[in-house]
Amino acid sequence: MGQTIIEKILSSHSGQVAHAGDIVVAQLDFIMGQDGTSPLAIRAFNDMGGRDVFDTDKVALVIDHSSPSPNEGVSALHQLMRLFCKEKNIKIYDIGEGVCHQLIPESGKVGPGKLVIGADSHTCTYGALNAFATGVGSTDLAGGMIAGKLWFKVPETIKFVCHGELPPGVYAKDLILYLIGDVTADGATYMAAEFTGEAVSALSVEGRMTMANMAVEMGAKAGLMEADEKTLLWLSRYTEERFNPVAADEDAFYAEVKEYDVSNLEPQIAMPHRVDNVTDIGNLVGTPIHQAVIGTCTNGRLEDLRIAASILKGKKINPDVRLVVAPASRRVLLDAMEEGIIQTLVESGAAVVTPGCGPCVGTHNGVPSNDENVISTANRNFKGRMGNSNARIYLASPATVAASALTGEITDPREMIKQVK
Amino acid sequence: MQMTGKAHKFDMDDINTDYIISGKYKFKTLDMKELAKHVMEDLDPHFYSKITAGDFIVGGNNFGCGSSREQAPLAIKYADISLVLAKSFARIFYRNAINTGLPLVECDTDQIDAGDKLEVDLSAGVVKNLTKGIEIKTKPLPDVMIKILNDGGLAAHFRKHGGFNL
Repeated sequence: MGQTIIEKILSSHSGQVAHAGDIVVAQLDFIMGQDGTSPLAIRAFNDMGGRDVFDTDKVALVIDHSSPSPNEGVSALHQLMRLFCKEKNIKIYDIGEGVCHQLIPESGKVGPGKLVIGADSHTCTYGALNAFATGVGSTDLAGGMIAGKLWFKVPETIKFVCHGELPPGVYAKDLILYLIGDVTADGATYMAAEFTGEAVSALSVEGRMTMANMAVEMGAKAGLMEADEKTLLWLSRYTEERFNPVAADEDAFYAEVKEYDVSNLEPQIAMPHRVDNVTDIGNLVGTPIHQAVIGTCTNGRLEDLRIAASILKGKKINPDVRLVVAPASRRVLLDAMEEGIIQTLVESGAAVVTPGCGPCVGTHNGVPSNDENVISTANRNFKGRMGNSNARIYLASPATVAASALTGEITDPREMIKQVK
Repeated sequence: MQMTGKAHKFDMDDINTDYIISGKYKFKTLDMKELAKHVMEDLDPHFYSKITAGDFIVGGNNFGCGSSREQAPLAIKYADISLVLAKSFARIFYRNAINTGLPLVECDTDQIDAGDKLEVDLSAGVVKNLTKGIEIKTKPLPDVMIKILNDGGLAAHFRKHGGFNL
């Protein structure tokens, strides 16, 4: 029987022909931890009797979730990470460098066919680069750092075939929200999601990262795509390594194949407090907004900031709204400065904060007040997610968030895009 | 491994890691006993004070979805909950719980009400609802997970075997 992308990658890394349901021990190509998970991993590393990491070039820690530190407790945890990295001679990305899921792809260490674990649930982002990348906890991270391998249950795969062309003003974020709404928050639990079809091929690599990033919101272990010319061109900016793209076999077995025609898709919004509580924007237009957030590992890339700036250019945000912008990395920030995007955002009234996870996780930078509505480009709207369980979070594309920041209420960006043109 | 305990039922699906331990707390400290005091706080503000050591948490589908942070299973474990039963678990939480030595059982939790007394035999994969006098079928844990759990978690497994021995 043929194999899916994930079955092929797990085969090449375990030395056995892997099919769904098998349990394999696979070699790891790269390992990442962030400041919410690494301190516990360091403790587990010591508890396991770890001395050195298996390969100093294949492990990195990133300080991005509470960056810079907002209090002494977090500072102590950051200090623990810095000391560990120095002692083990591994790379640390310190404050200001950005979000792990932007930095690791920018490092050139991830590409087609690679197997990566990260102690962050959105590590599945790198599936956009045709890698098998998955989120693990701190203890798995510690075991991986010591042994350079980890056990995996080979998942079944659901194939999402997206036909047609996304209409203007409708983006990768809208597409993935729509798919999550369709299959629900546990629709792909214990599985991998392969995204394919001409609508996916038409997306930029950034857009594909937005989709793969949110695979975990349908419960999936990984969200994968095939590599194409765009993927290889994107990678060539960051590394000279040559990769071997992995495609699924014609006769691969899928648990389910779901087909969609996305030609008439409207902008989508996930309503509080569930990511799968998704609706067409038309049902929510006019809902008041108090805070708007552009950034995060889902939508903090240059393309996202560019879209937002095109809507905000020459205009002022509504005086009753705070707009917080967190670029995904220092490189994104520098590129956005060079293009004049940051100038546009700041002139419109945005508060630009340190590249990093910023307000997404509620540990610093922009905690909403009671009874406030937030519209955000992030990937989770769980109750309390942004630090206040009495606030309501709506998830949307950067275009929808920018348009809503201008009017102070949920606004369909397609109208504004027409005006821009 | 046989365990007996009282059920604390959270009758909903998709109980996420932010519900289990709010983001407000989980970044601040490595003191899990301190975190444990806030376990499930957003769903039941007084939950911690209702726990007797050895009690079970009972949930619906997709328990533990969301973050990869082990603070979630650790907060449950350090609150002296000895076992979680749910219809299904989110994947990362499932691994993390086993790695940190918190046993999980997948079964039809509609047959369990708050306050029911349960007897669970993990290796045999049997749940008896002693209050209702019924036996509930379970989905067995994969062998590798039972091995890790029997060693007391992944760290203990590493110490015992000097690495993975699965």
